[in-house]
Formats: sequence, C-alpha cells, structure tokens
Amino acid sequence: MKSAIDWPPRLVLPLLLLAGLLAMNFTTWLTLSVAGVAMGMMLFLMASGLTLIFGLMDVITFAHGAFVSLGAYVATDVVARMPELAASGSWPASLSVLAAAIAVAIVVTGLAGWVFEVVIIRRVYGSHLRQILITVGGLIVAQELLVAVWGANPIPVAKPLALQGSVEILGAAIEIYRLVAVGLGLAVYGGLYLILARTRLGLMVRAGVENIEMVESLGFRVKRLFVGVFIAGCALAGVGGALWGIYQGLVTPAIGPEMMILVFIILIMGGMGSVGGAFIAAILVGLVTNYTGFLLPKLALGSNILLMVGILLWRPRGLFPLVKS
Amino acid sequence: MDDALLNLAGVVTNIGAYHILHGVDLTVRRGRVTMLLGRNGAGKTTTLRSIMGLWKPRAGSVRFDGAEIAGSETPDIARRGIAYVPETMGIFSQLTVAENMRLAATTSRFDEARLEDVFRFFPILKTKWHDRAGLMSGGQKQMLAVARAIVEERRLMIIDEPTKGLAPSVIDDLIACILEQKARGTTILLVEQNFHMARSVGDDVAVMDNGRVIHAGSMADLAGDESLQTRLLGLSLDSHQ
Amino acid sequence: MIIDTILSGDRPRSRLLGALLMAAFLALAFAPFLFPGTKALGVASRICIFIVLAASYDIVLGYTGIVSFAHAMFFGIGAYGVAIALSNLPVGWGAIFIGLGGALVVSAVLAVAIGFISLRLRALYFSMMTLALASFALIVATQLRDITGGEDGLTFSLPHLLAVSYRPFAAPVLGVRIDGRIVTYYLVFTAATALFLLMLRIVNSPFGRVLQAIRENEFRAQALGFSVVLHRTLAGTIGALMATCAGALLALVLRYNGPSASLSFEIMVDSILLMTVVGGMGTLYGPLLGAIVIVLAQYYLQPGMAALAEWTDGVPLLPHLFNPDRWLLWLGVLFVLIVYFFPTGLVGRMRGWTEPDE
Repeated sequence: MKSAIDWPPRLVLPLLLLAGLLAMNFTTWLTLSVAGVAMGMMLFLMASGLTLIFGLMDVITFAHGAFVSLGAYVATDVVARMPELAASGSWPASLSVLAAAIAVAIVVTGLAGWVFEVVIIRRVYGSHLRQILITVGGLIVAQELLVAVWGANPIPVAKPLALQGSVEILGAAIEIYRLVAVGLGLAVYGGLYLILARTRLGLMVRAGVENIEMVESLGFRVKRLFVGVFIAGCALAGVGGALWGIYQGLVTPAIGPEMMILVFIILIMGGMGSVGGAFIAAILVGLVTNYTGFLLPKLALGSNILLMVGILLWRPRGLFPLVKS
Repeated sequence: MDDALLNLAGVVTNIGAYHILHGVDLTVRRGRVTMLLGRNGAGKTTTLRSIMGLWKPRAGSVRFDGAEIAGSETPDIARRGIAYVPETMGIFSQLTVAENMRLAATTSRFDEARLEDVFRFFPILKTKWHDRAGLMSGGQKQMLAVARAIVEERRLMIIDEPTKGLAPSVIDDLIACILEQKARGTTILLVEQNFHMARSVGDDVAVMDNGRVIHAGSMADLAGDESLQTRLLGLSLDSHQ
Repeated sequence: MIIDTILSGDRPRSRLLGALLMAAFLALAFAPFLFPGTKALGVASRICIFIVLAASYDIVLGYTGIVSFAHAMFFGIGAYGVAIALSNLPVGWGAIFIGLGGALVVSAVLAVAIGFISLRLRALYFSMMTLALASFALIVATQLRDITGGEDGLTFSLPHLLAVSYRPFAAPVLGVRIDGRIVTYYLVFTAATALFLLMLRIVNSPFGRVLQAIRENEFRAQALGFSVVLHRTLAGTIGALMATCAGALLALVLRYNGPSASLSFEIMVDSILLMTVVGGMGTLYGPLLGAIVIVLAQYYLQPGMAALAEWTDGVPLLPHLFNPDRWLLWLGVLFVLIVYFFPTGLVGRMRGWTEPDE
C-alpha cells in the first residue's frame, strides 16, 4: 500500500520529448511532436473504450478495429454528402462538416456496438479464451459486412477545405487538421476524466472496475451500466475512426484492424483498464512513430513493438496498472 | 404480518463442480438479530452469498418479506432494502471514504442526521473523509464497511464475520453500533465466530455444518447449554473467545 | 491392433468421424488420379499442408488453452527458410535441408523465447503480445528486401526430381502423365502423414497427458509437481517446429514464397484459427477435418455462392452477401456459431452423437 506517487512511469513521456529534441533541430522536433501527439489523440480515442470495457467487466474484444473502420466509412459518406460546405473555405462550414461526420459516426458505431454487445459479447462473460475466439470471428464477419456495403476498393475523402494546409508556429509548419485532432482528443480525455471523477456514474464505473460484486450488492445494475460503457467505447472508436479516416484521406476496410496492433500496444503499455495510462501510452506511441519515422524510417512500426517489449520487461503490468480487489 | 422477514427453504448451491449447500433451511425473524454459527467450511458465507444472488441457488426458495428472490439479480435483491457486508469487506480501495459512502446511499444526497450518527459510532471516518479508503487500517476498513450498511435505513443487514482479526476495542465499537441498529428495529443476520459478540447481540441462532442448518433456536438456550455447544460446534463457546 | 499402433491409441471415437478420416486419407492418397488437373492437385497439396499447420496450432491452443497469434510466423519461417536457401545456394536437396534446418533452429529459439515471455505475462497480455510479434515478423520480412525479396517475395527452382519438367515414365500411369508436380505432391503427402501421426503420438504420450492435465486444472497439475511453464514452453516449441515444417512444404509446392503466402494475418486468422476451432480444439482430428473443410470452402464455396447470388438477384442486399467474394463472411458466421454452440467443434459434435452408445 504505497501512498507516494510512483514517479518513474510518469517520467517516460517527458524524457522521450527531451530525447527527440536532442536528436533533431527545434522546428523539425516541433512539427513531429505535434504530429505525434495528434496521432496519439486519435489512437487514444480508439483505445479509451477498449480499456474501459476491459477494466469494468474484464472483457476483451478483438473486434474493436471494425468499429474504427465503420466510423471512418460513415465519415467519408457524410463528407461526400456535404460537398458545398466541405469546399467552402470558411471555418464554420468546415468545422460543421467535421462535426456532422463525427456525430453520425457516433450514432452509427454506437448502435452497431449495442448490437455487437447483445449478439456477441453478452454470451461470453467470464472466459477470455471464448472472448478472444468469438470476437475474432465477429471481426471477420464485421469486416466482410463493411466490404459488402462499401466495397473492397479504397474510398478517397478530402479534409474540409479550411482544415487543409498548415500554419506556422515558432518557425515550424503545423498542419491545421492535427491541431484540431489534438483539441478534440484533449476534450474527450477531459470529458472522460470529469465523468469518471465527478459524477455518480463515474463513481460506479470506478468502483465496478475494482469490485463488481460489491457494486451490485449496493444495488447498482452493473451489467446495464456495462452495456452503456460498451456502446460508448464503440462510439469513441467510431470518432477515432472518423478523424483518422479523414486524416489519411483514403479509407479501406482494413483501416481499423491495422490500427489495433498499435491500440493493443497502448493498452499493454498503459496498463489494461487504466484510462490515464492509455492516454499517456497513446501519446508515447504517436511520438515514437513520428520520431523514428524521421530518424530511422525502417524501424517506424517496429519501434513501438520494441518500446512495448522494453516497458513490459521493466513493468510487466504496464506503466499504470489497475488495482483490482 | 408474517413473523419471518427472510426464509430459506431447501436451498442448494453449487460452486463449479462442488456441492456447497445441501438444502439450507433458515428463518430470520423481524426485528431480531440472528446469529449464523458453524465451523469453517460449513457453508455460512455461501448461504449469505446465495441470499444476495451472488451465487445462484440451484434449488430451493429464498423468500424476503413474502416475495421469492432466489434467481433474482443481486442489484434487485439489494434494492429491496438489504445491506450486505461481505467477509472481505468490499471496500473500494481506490475511492475515498466519502466516495465509498456516497455509493452506499441510494440518492446522491446524504441524510445529514444519519451521517452524524455514523460519525458518532466511527469518528475516525470523519477524520479520514477525504482519504483513499485503501490507505486505512483493517479495523477502519471494517468500520467503513459497516458504516456503508447503515448510512440509510435498511430492512435487513447481512454481515459476514465483522470481527475477524480486529482489536477488542474496535469490536466493542462494532457491537455498540449493531445493538443500536437492533434497537431501531433493523433485522440483522450475522455470521460470527467471536462468542463474546455473538452472545452480546444475538437473539436467535442457527448452526450450520456440512452445508445444512443442523440447529436453530434461541441464543440464550445455546449460551446456557454447554453440552449442546460441544455437540453442535465441536467445542464449548466459552473456550473460544 | 496395428491401427491402434499407428494412431497411438487415439481412435476417432465416432463411426462417422472414422469413416470421414478414412475417406479423406484415401482421397488424398490417390488425389492425382482421382482428381486430375493442376487446380485439384494444388487444393490437395494445400489440404495436406494445412492439416499439419492447423494440427500444430492445436498443440498450442487446444492443448494449452493459450491463444497465440504468432503461429503463422513459424509457418513463414519454414517457407522463407527453404525459399532463401533455394534462391541463394546451388539448387538441390542439400539446399532444401539447409533451409529447413536453419528455419527449425530459428523457430525453436523464438518459441522458447516466447515461452519465457509468457512466464511474465497474463494470458490475455500474451495474446496481444503475440499479435504485435506477428506484425513485427511481417515488417521484418518486407523490410529485409535483399534477403526476403520484400513484398514481391522469392521465386526459385526445385531439384530435378521435383521440377515440373521431370518425367519418370514415358507413358501415362492410370491415364495420368506423371511429372515433377505429382512427385512433389507425394513428397508433401508422405511428409504430412508422417508429421500428423507424430503429433498424434506426442499428444498421447505421457507428456501429452500432462499437457491435458494442465489444461483441465493448472493448479492441480502444478501441485502434482509438473512444471507448467516448462510443459507449455515445450508444447509451444513442438507446435512451432511442426508449423515450420509445414511452411517448408508450402514453399516446395508453390515454388515461391512471399509475405502474403505464408506470414499474413489472413493465414493466421482466416485459415489456422478458423480450421482449428471449427474442427474442434484439443482433438487433433478436429484441425485435420477443419483444414479439409476450410480449404475446400476457400476454393469451391465461391462458385456455389455465385449461383446463389444470381438466384437472389433483385432482392436488396442479399446478392451482395452471396457475392462470391464474401465467402469469408459465411465462414465467419460459421465460426461464431461454432464457438457459441459447439465449443468442441465438428469432432466434438460427432463424438457426442456416438458416445452414448459406447
């Protein structure tokens, strides 16, 4: 029972930023750092739901990537349906296109998540082996359904006009869209933090993460709460997918599952079930990807796996492990 | 009105492949404190968990205030006005004392008078109100666990071995608290190994062995009959303090 | 009985399953004559190879209960071993054995390392970790272009005996002209049969019994004095080596290897995992049956679906779902249903029908 704050894990991120600064010149570093944080925010959106779902019910789903893809496809559809607004260079117009894309993605992925919970997840509580198997099966089906609806060919999508291009900050060129992603990611993290820390619902979730039986014994219907958390988690993945799809400019059925390897790395590094851990780990992954992409391009994706292995050897339960009683 | 608030008849519970309860019959009368005694492994905790629906009975009936609750979900059982303090206390160690208490109340506002009452029994909780519950001592956690159960008016309190591993002074505080609840008319079902406590607060007694209730009667009768104690519990209660 | 000796005493325990196994064995043994043609021979080779591959995965998944996503990596190592050796050394049997030997060593080292990593991790973390490892292997294979040929992979020639141009007999045998392809097929068929029987022997040895005991009750097995870590690591290594051999066979059949042929996630999930679970985990006969069903589906489900799509033409969405390219959708649905309703797979089902009679 340690009351003192565990410092070393908290120093990883600042040290990484510092190391980056030493390895390259300032403007490059700033550009890459913003890009890394932006990528980290989108990854955090995809990972946050998964970590909450695991923390609360000890449920793992390998099908989360399908919701990311779904969010991305829905966003491309919405953007394509608002051509005038998307092409008008005004900020309000562009932001409202993005907002509409995200809103529709939330609704669609949330509904799909609800169906997925009822049809797939609900029957496999308590057995990790069956959860892994059945969600892999669910992923296959979901991916095929995506292809049946949107086709196997990549679908291009352009950023709304005002969000294209970059601004100069301290001599570094910073893409506007990345700043938007950072803002949105921070807002979601802040919102999640406030809900968890300040509301009765958040209290229930935090208590449920520790000891579900006791929360039920106090009269709260945790299973109903969990359905809500699962839906919210899928909707968050949808938001991440929408942002990522528009950012990439090209949406394929595999856009979500491809990201899941990074998402799992984030969950493992951050500590499964920890929202704060996922937030920090997502930024770490984003930064490492961008730094190594510049310094050692061949190592770009591999670098995150190496980072994860290193962290696991140091802390087998991740940087910010969850306490279960 | 029926005299029994809680009535178990022929309750059978399995855990995995194992039979734990073989047909438990138990009656908890209104306004009284019923002690559930028995050696380790007799099935006391399993009986309490079966009442709460944390393990679902495979057969038999559990009636609370006339309504069948066997097979109901735990939250629905709790909402009927049953507070459960498990053997492990079930403290949320990452939450503050205040948050632990807040979760135990059904509304987001505390009944202030009631809260003052809790602090009167357990002043330490007021001091530690904003501390993380995990940082408290074992005795303080047990106080918090009981405090959660009494933060609101309950119809039935089920408490599993509250005195386990606690210092005598803490036990006295707990006894005082339980007696006060009893005086207010709360019905209590209490698993206890500590005979001092059992005799201080118990009205009725049920003794379990091997997954069944093998004796039910008044506490006074059992306390006064040493041969019965030896027969039922394998030892005299007086030697077991 | 001699059958018992061959099958290591592990009988099919179901009349239907026994009959199916017999039929499959005969069909595969005489495949070049029963089903002439290049495509059919390719399908038969693939079935043989994936029987070994899925069975080797079963030793890991079914006999230890741990989901690893890195199994295709070992398959890939075997295929790359042979491919790299035949591309760089003088073509001959020596090159094949050097390639296979090297691949086996690499696989063994990796499998032992993975076993020790799993020591430190919860089962769930382990599954995710193997996913990362598998993608790392994919990256390595595509990045080391000089050695592996990158995305394009490697094409190479085989020793004379296996070359397409090889003609051992001037006249057709049983109406089929024997060439190097058929020789290759029989090499694959013999090796697959031997490897499968070897695996059957392993899981029915005292070692295999300990694995089963660990799967049933880890703590009890540990209390009885068996080292869980050691046995699991050993099982993982055996599974890895078998998969490596299967990979080597694949390279011989394809005369080519690349990332998508042997290393990809599609191989891992859509083939290996699907075959093992659909057939029945922990039975070894299950993956055998699963491999046959899934490979046949991969090749022949599509024409059937094309017919269905035509038939439902005009109904909204249905033609899309029956589109031949959507065959995987239906296998996915089958997979989900099997995990729900028949966790013991096809083989468990068949045995369930027969068991009461025994």
